[in-house]
Amino acid sequence: MQIKVKLFATLRENREKEMMMEIEQGTTAKEIIDRLTILKEEAAIIMINGRHAKPDQVLNDQDTVSIFPPIGGG
Amino acid sequence: MNKFIRVDMTTMKVTTDEVPDKYVGLGGRALTSNFVADEVKPTCHPLGKNNKIIFAPGLLSGTTAANSGRISVGAKSPLTGGIKESNSGGSFSQKMAKLGIKALVIEGMPEGDKFYIVKIDINGVTIEEAPTEILGGCGNYKAIEVLSAKYGEKVGIALAGPAGEYRLPAANISFKDPEGNIRSAGRGGLGAVMGSKKIKALVIDETGAGAVPIADPEKFKEAAKVFSKALLDHPVSGQGLAAYGTDVLINILNEAGGLPAKNFTTGRIDWNDNISGETMNATIQERGGDGKISHGCHQGCVMRCSQWYADKNGKYITSGFEYETIWGLGANACIKDLDAIAYIDREMDDIGIDSIETAVAVATAMEGGLLPWGDGEAVLAAVKEIAVPTPLGRLLGSGTGAVGNACGLFRVPVVKNQAIPAYDPRNIKGIGLTYATTPMGADHTSGYCIANNILSIGGFIDPLKKEGQVDISRFLQIGTASIDSTGMCLFVWFGIADNPPAIQALVDMINAQYGLSLTIQDAVVDLGKAVLKAERGFNKAAGFTNEHDRLPEFFEYEPCAPHNLVWDFTPEEIDEVFNF
Repeated sequence: MQIKVKLFATLRENREKEMMMEIEQGTTAKEIIDRLTILKEEAAIIMINGRHAKPDQVLNDQDTVSIFPPIGGG
Repeated sequence: MNKFIRVDMTTMKVTTDEVPDKYVGLGGRALTSNFVADEVKPTCHPLGKNNKIIFAPGLLSGTTAANSGRISVGAKSPLTGGIKESNSGGSFSQKMAKLGIKALVIEGMPEGDKFYIVKIDINGVTIEEAPTEILGGCGNYKAIEVLSAKYGEKVGIALAGPAGEYRLPAANISFKDPEGNIRSAGRGGLGAVMGSKKIKALVIDETGAGAVPIADPEKFKEAAKVFSKALLDHPVSGQGLAAYGTDVLINILNEAGGLPAKNFTTGRIDWNDNISGETMNATIQERGGDGKISHGCHQGCVMRCSQWYADKNGKYITSGFEYETIWGLGANACIKDLDAIAYIDREMDDIGIDSIETAVAVATAMEGGLLPWGDGEAVLAAVKEIAVPTPLGRLLGSGTGAVGNACGLFRVPVVKNQAIPAYDPRNIKGIGLTYATTPMGADHTSGYCIANNILSIGGFIDPLKKEGQVDISRFLQIGTASIDSTGMCLFVWFGIADNPPAIQALVDMINAQYGLSLTIQDAVVDLGKAVLKAERGFNKAAGFTNEHDRLPEFFEYEPCAPHNLVWDFTPEEIDEVFNF
């Protein structure tokens, strides 16, 4: 299976901002975060296909996973 | 703060009284809104002699409390026809507080066409004729230079720009920041009220004033330390805002499908990288020169969400380059170039026109065929016409509702005639309830559900579902009314929302300053409710009903991509927000 991963703000430091990733069936968002050596507290907001998701959500083929550090504005 | 000053522009007389008992415990929005509710005739014409405009520092302004330098301005709004409180950074609030001024009210209206400067210092208040060189289309940047040269480089200034002089419903009040640049009390047309009273500027010089008195300095110091540490330790208020500014929101709103684009016809764009906070940060760093990643809009700001954005040669273009402005021009009006947006932002600051109202009006004008979609040069030229003003300039300066009417459109994103800002209410449902119900007209800052719906601050609530939204909009509107009364920047909420000791420290600072023993229930919940009730009471007397607490109808039948949801709260559910 293949997914797209998008990173934002400080998570882009020393990482690509967008990448395709091959994953196995049953892979969770948390495993992607670990694979990218992003700390748990850095991955404050996770979206899968534009919907907020928990770290243990299992990914499907062609999903887009977006990961954000704590951010605010307004 | 023991002085309550009234400037009567009909008689040109100034009176300084003790603060009336009922206002002693109030500051900021609590004071401006209660005053407007008490003294302004609800059915008056906002630009007539019976409207009054009030400037009030927050309860903690002028102290060493971090981020406490916001000033509140209140009046009946020429844009909405309802009550308005708009607040801003800059140095005005702290200078008022140091001079012991609880409030400055401008009432009445002079005969004739002359404009005036109201000068405030340790000796009192004087009314002088405005220098002609800053009138009739002179930009705010130059007006600040002229007034600073005349009255002193360090004076605080509140200005009606050209838009205010012309009494346009989207005119803001521009405040000089510590470096002589511009912050704005943006929304609701309060600059037009200033203009109607023939006030070009208020100038304040606190030379000779002492420190703000503190009843229990030790307790204050202790609480201020806890509060400031909470802000600095939080990843958003301590680091995130300074690094990327508020524009960091472009990408997350786009990912969430809640970034309104092409006049609210979709919730996602594919040119987000052109206008994102990440791009702004990189551009400022690459260009060097005058550019600065972070900058505070008032002394004592530790969050520093503002920045100086420079051109390709490193020359300053604009500061306080905010997400809402960039969204409005970049996503909603499809201008895909951050430099083009920066020049328009500068022009709006220079003219003194609300950059949210005007950006949304521009997109509406594009839908109406008055301007080409995405054309930054055409928009810059059109915005410059506001300073002339040409008929097109007057139309744009009259706001989104006026443009929508003039173009014969139904897709006109306003509530109570105020433009809906940068978050689509179909795909982010909590914020829609705030837009619909706040007494201010569509305003994200009066109950920022984005914190919970998108940013997972203060507890996550799914933006795509109705569950929990009524309660969170109510909770945040109450809390915000209180924060707006302290002089605190609303962004402190990011740092304290999940930190109860920091919320307690905010109340402790108020108690230590005034020798009180308020609880969180008194100082936050009860005060906030009372402010909202006063505001809603004014609006009711001005003719507003529950039926005005609704979003534009098109949100109910035009689904918004990518989630393809419509606005589906019933009138009864919406009315529950103010059931307290």
